[in-house]
Amino acid sequence: MTEPVPASPKAIEALRDEGPLAPPRSQAADVWAQFRKHKGAMMGAAVLIFITLAVLLGPYIWTLDPQRLDIRNKDLRPIYTALWDGTANVSWGHPFGTDNLGRDQLAQMIAGGRASLAVGWAAMVLSLLIGTGVGVLAGYFRRLDGPLMRITDLFLSLPILPLLLVAVTLFRQPLRAAFGPEGGMFILIVTIVGITSWMPTARIVRGDILALKEREFILAARSIGTTSGKIIRRHLLPNVLSPIMVSATLGLATAIITESALSFLGVGFPSDFPTWGKMLADAVPRMSEFPERVVLPGTAISLTVLSVNYLGDGLRDALDPRLRGR
Amino acid sequence: MLTFIARRLLLSIPTLLFISFAVFMLLQLAPGDPMAQVPLTVPDAVKEKMREALGLGEPPLVQYWKWLVQVFWIEPKVLIDYLTASSTLFSWLPDTALYQGELRVISWQTRSPVMDIVVQRMPQTLWVVGLAYVVGVLIALPIGVYSAYRQYSVFDQAGTFVTMIGFSIPPFFTGPLLIVIFSVGLGWFPSIYDTTHEVTDWDSFVVQLQQMIMPVMVLALQTTAQISRYMRAAMLDNLGADYVRTARAKGLSEAVVVNIHVLRNSMIPVVTVIALGVPAIFGGAIITENVFKVNGIGQLLITALFANDLPMVMTLTFIFAVLIVLFNLIADVLYGVLDPRIRYD
Repeated sequence: MTEPVPASPKAIEALRDEGPLAPPRSQAADVWAQFRKHKGAMMGAAVLIFITLAVLLGPYIWTLDPQRLDIRNKDLRPIYTALWDGTANVSWGHPFGTDNLGRDQLAQMIAGGRASLAVGWAAMVLSLLIGTGVGVLAGYFRRLDGPLMRITDLFLSLPILPLLLVAVTLFRQPLRAAFGPEGGMFILIVTIVGITSWMPTARIVRGDILALKEREFILAARSIGTTSGKIIRRHLLPNVLSPIMVSATLGLATAIITESALSFLGVGFPSDFPTWGKMLADAVPRMSEFPERVVLPGTAISLTVLSVNYLGDGLRDALDPRLRGR
Repeated sequence: MLTFIARRLLLSIPTLLFISFAVFMLLQLAPGDPMAQVPLTVPDAVKEKMREALGLGEPPLVQYWKWLVQVFWIEPKVLIDYLTASSTLFSWLPDTALYQGELRVISWQTRSPVMDIVVQRMPQTLWVVGLAYVVGVLIALPIGVYSAYRQYSVFDQAGTFVTMIGFSIPPFFTGPLLIVIFSVGLGWFPSIYDTTHEVTDWDSFVVQLQQMIMPVMVLALQTTAQISRYMRAAMLDNLGADYVRTARAKGLSEAVVVNIHVLRNSMIPVVTVIALGVPAIFGGAIITENVFKVNGIGQLLITALFANDLPMVMTLTFIFAVLIVLFNLIADVLYGVLDPRIRYD
């Protein structure tokens, strides 16, 4: 028996790590690191969170009822007009002023934002569900690909805005009778916007699924007997999450704009139910005397959509592994 | 190529038929009655006769068939008659008398043929929308080219910000904003588009220009935002290509490299995007026409909807659908013509 050779301490010294190893980075951390580099996206996210919190918590902080008529205090200007016009009719009780019926504009903005954002989110979720569903089915099952894509092309060649107007004017009465004026209109607008805006998502998802399903890990999953539903849920959907999230931001932006456009054209929510588009439309006839009533809701719409667009831009960069880390 | 165009044209016929059928059936559900305005003293039998005169009172499928015949058979006959009888271009041809007084598509509002009203409204829309599109594209292309050439420069950052704003601010906000600033505050431009204004001399031409500036700019802002984004992306794709390095290496000037080699290749996708955007801008013009009170096609659609004028709504929606299908086809064909690598067979 030979003596065990004592291991040279030198070699081990060279192999030893200098400090503790950095913990492995998760994908989420990578995405977050890249996302933080995009200044516009960070700003967008901050503004969107601020607006969302403002409309969610606003009614508890600013407790005035948006529908309360205070006819003695009608046509108040916003508080900031006092900066350049000392004679302006302003009041600290109504910082954003009041409208021609004396309704508080700040409370209306909060209530209108709730409606606009709720419609935007709901329509976006609906169009994502339809789009992802159609895209996954068309991409995964070859027999469904042809018919589903023909339907997508058909929907793409529909004139969206005229059809929206037609559908809203046609189905307003029955839905209002069934679900009440606000609920019926909400369901109608969300459904119509959702049904007419799922096509881009479906196309993107289908393209990605077509490429993914030829990969080895899908073959492996199939060869151990995984069912189609499981493959879609466990292996395909997580991999197409990033394009879905990007088109979600775009969908949110278009849904908010479409709802405001319908309200602006006078086919949206009932007249006593404020949304940003409705407030803007109502203010247009007297905008030379009270420009702030156009500017405030218009700025709210534009700021929300702008922040959502920047958020989408940043998400696209952050979720693309080829761009990440550069 | 020809077979491709023929196949696409043939394929677009069932698409259009399906769309028109779907819209027609949707409109059948409309709650309104065209006889609602008729006085109550009119007996029911007379009302029934009036309804039949408007082409109602038959099963929906028969009505749909009649509408198809009216749009695809009778209206073209009227058009040909007009061309050979009174237009300047074809009046040398012998007068055809194809139209024998059959029932055309009648508007319930005015009781006159829908197509006549559409023809009256078309020039306003085409002038405002068409000019806006041309202006938007002309502004967008140089912005896109220069932002890509100087990527991440101050100009590029500013351009990206402006295009983001153009994407985000809806026309029903920019329109009133421009009216407040330029017609109420500064008093430079009228806030309402006067359609009856006729251009006869220089002064009236200036007036026409003034009233067109604001609607055109509102529409052009959106076009500019979209097209310059695409232009920038396409230029960026091409600027890093090998052939650009070759062109530079053989000593061509930067102007030639960018404006001739890169620009021409980058224009291929952009031209198709421009073609695809044409019908969208017709749809988007509905709001702008409403803001500036331009009595074009979009405004016609809105008033027809509120007045429950179903034949008008039906025909206008169908015209929009035809525009979309047509320009999709044009975009595909242009893509093949411009890019010889694309083969459609």
